[in-house]
Amino acid sequence: VLTTALILAALLAVAAVLFVARPFLREPERTDDSLAEPDAAELERLRILEERDRALAALKELEFDHRTGKISDEDYERTVGPLRLEAAAALRALEAFAGDGGGTPEPAREEAPS
Amino acid sequence: VPGLGRAALAIALGLVLFALLAGGYAALKGRRRLHDSARNALVAAFASVLVASAVLFGAFLADDLSLTYVADHSSRDLPARYAFAAFWGGQEGSLLLWLLVLTGMAAVAVSLNRRLVRDVLPWTVPILAGVASFFALMLVFVSSPFETQPPPADGLGLNPSLQNPYMMAHPPMLYLGYVGLTIPFAFAMAAVVSGRVDERWIAATRRWTLAAWTFLGLGILIGAKWAYEEVGWGGWYAWDPVENAALMPWLVATAFLHSVMIQEKKDMLRVWNVVLVALAFSLSLFGTFLTRSGVLNSIHSFAESPIGSWFLGFICLVAAVSIALIVWRLPLLRARTKMESLVSREAAFLYNNLFLVAFALTVLWGVAYPLVSEAVRGIASTVGPPYYDFFAIAFGLPLLFLMAIGPLVAWRRASFRSLGLSVALPGAIALACGAALLAAGAGSSVPGLVGYTLAAFVLAAIALEFVRGTRARKALGAASWPAAFGSLVSRNRRRYGGYVVHAAIALLVIGAVGVGAFQSESERRLEPGQAMDVAGYTLRYRGSTEQMAANAVELRAQVEVSRDGTSLGVLEPGKNRYIAEQQTSNEVAIRSSWAEAEDLMLIADQFNEDGSVYLKAVVNPLVGLIWGAGLVFLLGSVIAMWPDAREQRRLARRFAEPGAYARI
Repeated sequence: VLTTALILAALLAVAAVLFVARPFLREPERTDDSLAEPDAAELERLRILEERDRALAALKELEFDHRTGKISDEDYERTVGPLRLEAAAALRALEAFAGDGGGTPEPAREEAPS
Repeated sequence: VPGLGRAALAIALGLVLFALLAGGYAALKGRRRLHDSARNALVAAFASVLVASAVLFGAFLADDLSLTYVADHSSRDLPARYAFAAFWGGQEGSLLLWLLVLTGMAAVAVSLNRRLVRDVLPWTVPILAGVASFFALMLVFVSSPFETQPPPADGLGLNPSLQNPYMMAHPPMLYLGYVGLTIPFAFAMAAVVSGRVDERWIAATRRWTLAAWTFLGLGILIGAKWAYEEVGWGGWYAWDPVENAALMPWLVATAFLHSVMIQEKKDMLRVWNVVLVALAFSLSLFGTFLTRSGVLNSIHSFAESPIGSWFLGFICLVAAVSIALIVWRLPLLRARTKMESLVSREAAFLYNNLFLVAFALTVLWGVAYPLVSEAVRGIASTVGPPYYDFFAIAFGLPLLFLMAIGPLVAWRRASFRSLGLSVALPGAIALACGAALLAAGAGSSVPGLVGYTLAAFVLAAIALEFVRGTRARKALGAASWPAAFGSLVSRNRRRYGGYVVHAAIALLVIGAVGVGAFQSESERRLEPGQAMDVAGYTLRYRGSTEQMAANAVELRAQVEVSRDGTSLGVLEPGKNRYIAEQQTSNEVAIRSSWAEAEDLMLIADQFNEDGSVYLKAVVNPLVGLIWGAGLVFLLGSVIAMWPDAREQRRLARRFAEPGAYARI
């Protein structure tokens, strides 16, 4: 029983070592070994996308809450303007970012985040 | 075979240590292959721990008493179905279960989030591995389940109170909850270390947090059901330190689930959210420490426990490192936006956070008080249920109020006029319910009456939200009312799943108030043929029986139950005398009336030699709602957790945008 246990343990250890070493076995040559790090431009793009999604989601929620009667016309009028401005600013920033060479702007989608 | 178990644990330790050190180095120096290797080590560690767990489970099934752990927690006549309960019935098995669940969850979490948080993952791997290393070290060097001994003739058996079907589900549920909180903790701390404190770590861990919170909540409720049926004192939650140990991280995780929405919607509370995640994880470690260190009996037994001081040291390390990291990254974490109004959804969430965290810290103080008093004064003083009941009412009633108001108030800013219009109908329904209950004689408990009124307010507000939302969806073009309802829920699963969870909490409150404030109880000695009355039931004692079961002698009192002259059958409360364990357990008899959601519980406290019995009878009104709330809670959680294709497409699009980083 002890021998069987030893063999099984050895097999487990070998399998684990092989699996752990797999990235080095598959790519023995050190061509590009650096971790993918977003550069400053990419981080800025992500930040603007987050802002755009946040503003669009807020607009969508505001529209629905107004439709259900949870938000009065008065409150709706007061809130919708600044929210539209926020969304527009994010979209403009995204376009400007694309114009500066950061890539093509992502069009605003119908599927705004909820 | 124990050798294989020991070897598998040693291999797992090597793997998680490698993942910790190599993963940390890879993250620091930006080495891709080493990071992939560390991630693989975490996955391989799970396989290795799985082998160790299979060995231990097999030893229980085979009654391998040469393993000290098996001999201490099982016996030859223990029914095979309780092998699971025996597995985690002691300290070593519990630690192994922790490590098994942790490595399993870690392997899945890092594999699923390779794209979404690619730049956060390099730090997530060593953090997860660090936590796993602690448990693996405990299992290999301090508290191994694979210690051997010359096999005794029979084992000591399993604690009778653990020989219950609920005990097969309760501990793993709690552990899934405790361990599950490691995942958001690891991603949050990795986001803090890497400086990527944007929304992505939240998106990556949203379902993990919800799942951990759901498991913890269900674990607490299943534990309550077990205590209700097995311990047999007539109640369902006794503010026992072990119960509180799970309640504290659940409360903090509840606060986090709300406050994280403010970060998503308004980019606020970043510091608060990472603090809550760290606190919830630390409390889950503290919960394991409380139940496993022996510290609850006395700080002296804690000193004798082999793992107590290690655990305390690890909790302090986690807390210190978390605080240091958050302080280091404060400039990055500071919010860029401000709360616009104190009358808004986010403000309601903030108030609920304050109450939830205050309640959790109050419970923590109650749990820690005996330890503090023993350390300071040399005498362990405990705080009893009245302390907890007071704060449960003081914090619980405002929380119920906020739960009712929250869905009705808009994000960002709401005028009092608008809020008043939204609140009018559900508020009127709640007040009408309160008045009706008062007229029906429920005014004997003021907190109970207020609790019922607020629970009605919550339920009415939720119903109104569903009705208004469905009507709006129908107006927007849904083909039918069911289609409008389906579209409403599927377009915002988190919101409407959350409302269902709120309804579950309201039901739980109604049940808990029923038991706590309106329970009836009677106790007396009965000769065969004698009867007693309780809350309209007549209980006639017919005599007792004794029979041999698989591993216990079952002693039962035969009690005929009737109401208004109608027989409701015979109940058999009694006791089991376990032979191997040399212990006796109470076996309560319960008659549940589903129509009234009411339980009649009989407890045979003592069998006398003259044939008489001390019988305790308890009538718990509305207790069925507590267990029903568990099912509604599960339903709401599943709705909230269900994958949202729109959300996934949105995130996939965001990270598939042009850019060197996204193309990798």
